[in-house]
Amino acid sequence: MIINGVTIDATFAEAFPMKATRAIITAQNEKWAMISAQAMTGFATSVIACGCEAGIERVLDPSETPDGRPGVSIMIFAMGGKGLAKQLETRAGQCVLTSPTSALFAGIDGGTRIALGKNLRYFGDGFQVAKLIDGKRYWRIPVMDGEFLAEATTGQVDAVGGGNFLVLAESQPQALAACEAAIEEMRKIPNVIMPFPGGVVRSGSKVGSKYAALGASTNDAFCPTLKGMTKTDLSPEIESVMEIVIDGLTKEDIDKAMRVGIQAVCDLGATNGIKRISAGNYGGKLGPFHFHLQEIMA
Amino acid sequence: MSALTFTLKLKPDQRVDMSPLVCHKLDGMQAAEIAALTLQNGKRKIRVDELFDIAGSDAQNIVIKNSFGKLDFIGKELDGGRITVEGDAGAYLGLGMKSGEIEVSGDVGIYAACEMKKGFLTINGNAGDFLGAALPGNKMGMKGGTVLVKGNVGERAGDHMRRGNILIEGNAGDYCGSRMTAGTIAVMGQTGKYLGFAMRRGTLLLWNQPQASARFNDCGAHTLAFLPILFASFKKFNSKFADGSAAFNRVQRYAGDMSEMGRGEVLVKIG
Repeated sequence: MIINGVTIDATFAEAFPMKATRAIITAQNEKWAMISAQAMTGFATSVIACGCEAGIERVLDPSETPDGRPGVSIMIFAMGGKGLAKQLETRAGQCVLTSPTSALFAGIDGGTRIALGKNLRYFGDGFQVAKLIDGKRYWRIPVMDGEFLAEATTGQVDAVGGGNFLVLAESQPQALAACEAAIEEMRKIPNVIMPFPGGVVRSGSKVGSKYAALGASTNDAFCPTLKGMTKTDLSPEIESVMEIVIDGLTKEDIDKAMRVGIQAVCDLGATNGIKRISAGNYGGKLGPFHFHLQEIMA
Repeated sequence: MSALTFTLKLKPDQRVDMSPLVCHKLDGMQAAEIAALTLQNGKRKIRVDELFDIAGSDAQNIVIKNSFGKLDFIGKELDGGRITVEGDAGAYLGLGMKSGEIEVSGDVGIYAACEMKKGFLTINGNAGDFLGAALPGNKMGMKGGTVLVKGNVGERAGDHMRRGNILIEGNAGDYCGSRMTAGTIAVMGQTGKYLGFAMRRGTLLLWNQPQASARFNDCGAHTLAFLPILFASFKKFNSKFADGSAAFNRVQRYAGDMSEMGRGEVLVKIG
């Protein structure tokens, strides 16, 4: 398959079941809601070493938030429910509770309930106040700037993590520009996050390593500087490869995000140095979710 | 299916225990069976059809017409369905109510919504003393649900209240929120003496400055984030509380009762 001079490989991305949750952070203005959201989703690019994958889903209009203030919707993904709950609680405690004027609300009404403000309330040292409003419990925790308001729980649902595609370009600036264009379009899709810095990862990995202590190492088949010294997957004109990883609530959400992302890359086309779109997989043996690039773009 | 309607034929001198006439107890009963039920009337028992003309068949929607202030225990332990009372109601309206709705067009007696657990109760007139309170000797009053009173309420509203909302468009009598353990009482009108007497936790939300009390300490003026959410939850009611202009989030906060646990609060609208 070729779109605008860009070859779409006959391959697929392989993804895994994860647990996910969403929270809504509000503040006096969008600036401070975003600061808090960025802190809460920081150091959460990969479950390999961060414990979770997290990202900002979108900015919310005051009319969309429970308290009528500007807000930001964030999502956190982890391999298991226990790990997810732990990450949510520590991040909420250190990054939202501490952030000036912030408030924290559930972003998923259904699903398994996990603690959001339920345990943070103990920071109130007995001065905390519970309010049950329309069946939802909120905790009012006295803090130095006034009160921190946090909904007691949020929902945890089954989700999919690890959807991805690779952008192969003739130069590094061209690969980055294509990825930026893709991310801009993909951020318009609900229920997905792209957890890596700016949504883009330049250090895609393969399973295993020559070093016994490491479970993953650089994806040498896609490293352009190794073209002459490893079993490369790159043609001579490829000088840079970047990857976009997507976590989403459902397979369909990731499908949509990949479609708009790849389309945005293809819109730049071969004339802007984009040569191929590929994807990372493990032979289809590890992850139950397969995203076939050509089917998505058909 | 039309509403199961009980129209009062005569006003008995003695009080009537209306507790058998609730939706979940009448569900599936034939008209003749309902007519043959007996109600306690003072010292004697009286057949339902001696007291009421009965019409309709939908037991989930009961209407009591020509009601007056001696019909007690209307909607006792109501568990789903709706009861509409046209006229006044006696004491213990919605006692221990578990779910469903009750609406009274007139006034109600003492202990309305007493030990109520869930559901929605609307009183379009005035309510007597001990609204949403605990029965004498009991430690827990209203435990959930919402009570909306469009008129005034008597003394001891929310006595021993544990959870839920009492919304009062008019005035509240003395000892409003006394011995309250938690929950919210909102009063748009004036409040009487001894507001929040022996209150442990909970919120008294006031539109007007109450009488000063040595038992409550001023915590200053604040903008509280939970108030917009609370007011948003009132929007579904047919009430002044649903009016956007009634909402506020800037309050003077008083903590008390300091002679008790002192974790309660009186929030008074600023401006």
